[in-house]
Amino acid sequence: MPVEVRLPTILRQDAGGQATVKANGATLADVFADLTRQFPNLAGKVVTEDGALHKFVNVYVNDDDVRYLDKLDTKVADDDVVSILPAVAGG
Amino acid sequence: MLRLGSDVYLRMVGHCFDGLPEEACGLLGGNPASGLASICYPTRNDAASSKLYTVNPLDHLKADRDAEAHGLEIIGVFHSHTHTDAYPSPTDVAQAPDPAWHYVLVSLRDEAPMVRSYRIVDGNITEEPVVLG
Repeated sequence: MPVEVRLPTILRQDAGGQATVKANGATLADVFADLTRQFPNLAGKVVTEDGALHKFVNVYVNDDDVRYLDKLDTKVADDDVVSILPAVAGG
Repeated sequence: MLRLGSDVYLRMVGHCFDGLPEEACGLLGGNPASGLASICYPTRNDAASSKLYTVNPLDHLKADRDAEAHGLEIIGVFHSHTHTDAYPSPTDVAQAPDPAWHYVLVSLRDEAPMVRSYRIVDGNITEEPVVLG
């Protein structure tokens, strides 16, 4: 089930310069695994080695923050849009 | 160099004053090649603190989509320092998310706001001129 994955500027260089890519999977975890298969340089940048969502990214499936859904177990459907954004913070 | 549309400057500084006594923050939409920020996106500060800021992620998502709809990108972030200089703090440097962005500081320490912009790359801070108009 292909979903559209929108990448933040900082990760585009790891995806051949593309801002939007397609990936397959029934859950977000599957989608990110597929993404890393397509673009190995993305490994560890969205999902950590422990298999958790990286602290410094925010991920939305359409308009929903996945931290309030099922995190990486969130189910995705055809044509869903997964948006990856960096966490922006400071003092 | 960062070029700010005059309405962007006013909206940005206004949002910072509105946020007092807490830090305020927001994003800048524009053209990364020319360094012209033509849209100001005030966002919520989820940290709700006078010392820290966290851009509300949903506000970021909406800004990102709106910028794209205008053929632009998010090219930077601004936030206020309520009592200190318009210079990136160690926290700002450590958490800078994108080396291509402009990092704008608005100091409200004095009566007149002070606006300065920086590049933060690999922990190195370089100030850049801010041009209005």
